[in-house]
Amino acid sequence: MNEAPRSTFVYVTYIRASAEKLWSALLKPEFTKQYWYGMQMISEWKPQASWKLVFADGRVGDTGEVLEIDPPRRLVIRWQNEFRPELKAEGPSQCAFELEPSGEIVKLTITHTSQRPDSKLILAVAGGWPKILSNLKSLLETGKPMSSEAL
Amino acid sequence: MFMQEDAVFRALGDASRRTLLDRLHRHNGQTLGELCTGLDMSRQAVTKHLSILEAANLIAVQRHGREKLHFINPVPINDIAERWISKFQRSHLRALSALKKALEDDHE
Repeated sequence: MNEAPRSTFVYVTYIRASAEKLWSALLKPEFTKQYWYGMQMISEWKPQASWKLVFADGRVGDTGEVLEIDPPRRLVIRWQNEFRPELKAEGPSQCAFELEPSGEIVKLTITHTSQRPDSKLILAVAGGWPKILSNLKSLLETGKPMSSEAL
Repeated sequence: MFMQEDAVFRALGDASRRTLLDRLHRHNGQTLGELCTGLDMSRQAVTKHLSILEAANLIAVQRHGREKLHFINPVPINDIAERWISKFQRSHLRALSALKKALEDDHE
């Protein structure tokens, strides 16, 4: 069996865009709110800088720190839920974004991991990531997201 | 759209490959050996099915030390759903599928 009992989900999408354009779409609030249902990631984007994910109405959804940042290739965030007590109680998870350009296409891999087996946080975000990525791909390739209503 | 939908539908049009996806849905991040356990398929056949699923982006493979772990990637399936299912239909569909599951499980 695998080494540690932990929860990992992986999301992969291929987007027709440059790695630099995708990188800024991932990090810049004016981009994220267009495809992330009004949410914004806020950070100074330096190693150890604090990070938060904020709802359209200003509530803080998740917090953490930047663990690794290597523009425009790799970003790793410590990710702690703040708005659902049962998820907050699980403690931190880790979310890695990896960008691999190949010609006109960039492969984006998001790996969200918790050291807890059967993590409810990892299950809770599992419903969200595919929709966010479909929206992001649509925004970068066509100029508009599939759906932009706030949560 | 760049991600070839034909490849996704072809990959899904095979019962053995759907079984492999079901297994990863139940327990994500398995090795080839784990995926083969209890299956009526040769290791070579499983390897071939996994490479078709990977080419269609339905699974992602990650290296963890010496092991290669296979993860289900729900993004292409979501793209298909988004194409034909509107946001307002989702809760009705979820209720219907929960009802079907509850009724059918009752008969077992």
